[in-house]
Amino acid sequence: MTLRYSLKTALRGLQANKSRSALTILGIVIGITAIMLVMSLGQGAQNLILGQIQSIGSKTIAVSPGRQPQGITDSLSTFTDSLKAKDLVALEKKENVPHLAKMMPIVFGSETAIFENQSYASTIFGVTDLFAKIYDMYPEQGRIFSDDDVKSYADVAVIGSKIKDELFGNDEALDKKIKIKGRSFRIIGILGQKGQFSFINFDSAIIIPYTTAQQYVFGIKYFNRLVIEADDEANVIATVEDIKTTLRNSHNITDPDKDDFFVETQADAMEMVSTIMGVLTLFLAAVAAISLLVGGVGIMNIMLVSVTERTREIGLRKALGATSRNVLTQFLMEAVILTAAGGVIGIALGSLFSFLISVVLSQYMNLDWGFSFPLSAAVLGIGVAALIGLVFGLYPARQAAKKSPMEALRYE
Amino acid sequence: MALIEVSNLEKTYFDEGVETHALCGVTFNIKEGEFVAIMGPSGSGKSTLLHVLGFLDRHTGGEYRFDGKAMDDYSDTELAHVRNKKMGFIFQAFNLLPRTSVLENVKLPLLYSGIEQKSWDKLAKNALEAVGLSHRLDYEPAQLSGGEKQRVAIARALVNNPMVIFADEPTGNLDSKSGQLVMEILQKLSEEQGHTVILITHETYTAEHAQRIIRVKDGMIEKEEIVNHRLKADKFIK
Repeated sequence: MTLRYSLKTALRGLQANKSRSALTILGIVIGITAIMLVMSLGQGAQNLILGQIQSIGSKTIAVSPGRQPQGITDSLSTFTDSLKAKDLVALEKKENVPHLAKMMPIVFGSETAIFENQSYASTIFGVTDLFAKIYDMYPEQGRIFSDDDVKSYADVAVIGSKIKDELFGNDEALDKKIKIKGRSFRIIGILGQKGQFSFINFDSAIIIPYTTAQQYVFGIKYFNRLVIEADDEANVIATVEDIKTTLRNSHNITDPDKDDFFVETQADAMEMVSTIMGVLTLFLAAVAAISLLVGGVGIMNIMLVSVTERTREIGLRKALGATSRNVLTQFLMEAVILTAAGGVIGIALGSLFSFLISVVLSQYMNLDWGFSFPLSAAVLGIGVAALIGLVFGLYPARQAAKKSPMEALRYE
Repeated sequence: MALIEVSNLEKTYFDEGVETHALCGVTFNIKEGEFVAIMGPSGSGKSTLLHVLGFLDRHTGGEYRFDGKAMDDYSDTELAHVRNKKMGFIFQAFNLLPRTSVLENVKLPLLYSGIEQKSWDKLAKNALEAVGLSHRLDYEPAQLSGGEKQRVAIARALVNNPMVIFADEPTGNLDSKSGQLVMEILQKLSEEQGHTVILITHETYTAEHAQRIIRVKDGMIEKEEIVNHRLKADKFIK
């Protein structure tokens, strides 16, 4: 029997019980939809985060104080004061780090910002005039502070959009003064709505010169982070090594295991995010895959009923010359067509839901969230669905093939 | 050499420990081209005999040679191939596939025949022409009368041009006029095309359309007789 004809035969068998066939594959449809949705959203989230990291630039290198965190509980180790002004001086020397193009120290912490009788808990971000360039974040109104402002410990601030809304509502905020730790800061710029960006919410951040932040807001002498840009992507690795050597010299460290700082590149960060998101997505997909098993059992159940119901048809086919293998193929094919169709429908539904969610996220939550169609998940989904048809269809199909033509014809 | 050689054939069913002797040593021959009726009351073993002769079931004792080869020498798959190529079946209950057109029903044996698919339509149409149903190709069984259904079944039995046609009470579910027509076709197949026809029936009237009657009772052959005044189905119709 030709493949085309067995397909036709199997399809006719399924058509005879349309609503039952549809209900049977519901389990498979739900399973594949869930997997597709999880994979698609996971990919979307990963793209979003990677995109943000990438927008900071692949030439960017981050130096943090303390040891590299060795796990979730180890994050406190970054809160040390090992990065100081003398390190800036050392790193800026051409002979130490020849490929250093830009360097920006960062200090940050939480403080309450007050305007008249309104107050708002904000993240204070002490940086330099390079901030806008490095983070690609320019004020929507006003300007970012200058190098002179940094050097002169100026009391100027660029505020995030949420802070503007909370403290000023619809009123003009530029040139108004807000109080942080009792000190007045003149607002010289307002950021547009940015949302979450690399784990920092710039909408509720206040950007001020790091000098002012160190001296008057936090009262510290150290930096929470140094952001360094190499002059070329090709020099990133060499620059990382130069930074390490320079800082070890500056801190009198001979054993690299005793480093009181750690250096990360964007590539490291991207790899980490990819790994975490990949594992998370796989885990969720695996949970969703359990529903496929349930769907498979449903298929087996219905196929067994169908085989019993069609005992006469099986007998007739055998009497007319169908071999056991012919019958087996026919019923297996029916199961596989059912589950593969369930897979296709599931992929369509999963993509549709994922697309709708991406529209909601990007339109209403202002995230830079693009819909992504995970082709690999789609191919895998159909494959897995068909495989489930094969596995769970095999037992009923064998039951059908085993029937003796005479007994099957006698069956009432 | 006879097409069908049965010697001392036995068939015993075992059902939950209970033995039922359906055939207890049956011996006869059927030559190629013969039209034989196997006759007997219900429970006589005639259906069991047909099942064994039609390769639908295996016997438990004695020997059955079909076309010179003992049934015991065929594997199940080979039995299926012989059923497909050398045998045609007509059942009392027609056994057409529901919701499937007349043409597709007749094609059913071709699916398993290894014959090229492009010639299927032509073969099926020829068979339907032979039973006078060329005008019903796209009908579904539910739209046909009982007589028409049985003629579709005959066309299906003919489509692979078998050596033997087994007809199990083919007129049992039909009115007398439709039954006549079916018998006429069977006689024609036997006389004009040389098919061997084996007819199972419990009615003497139907059996007398055959050339020879084998009477079965209690799993044994009661009597074998040549039909002297053979009935001609075409005399009574139209």
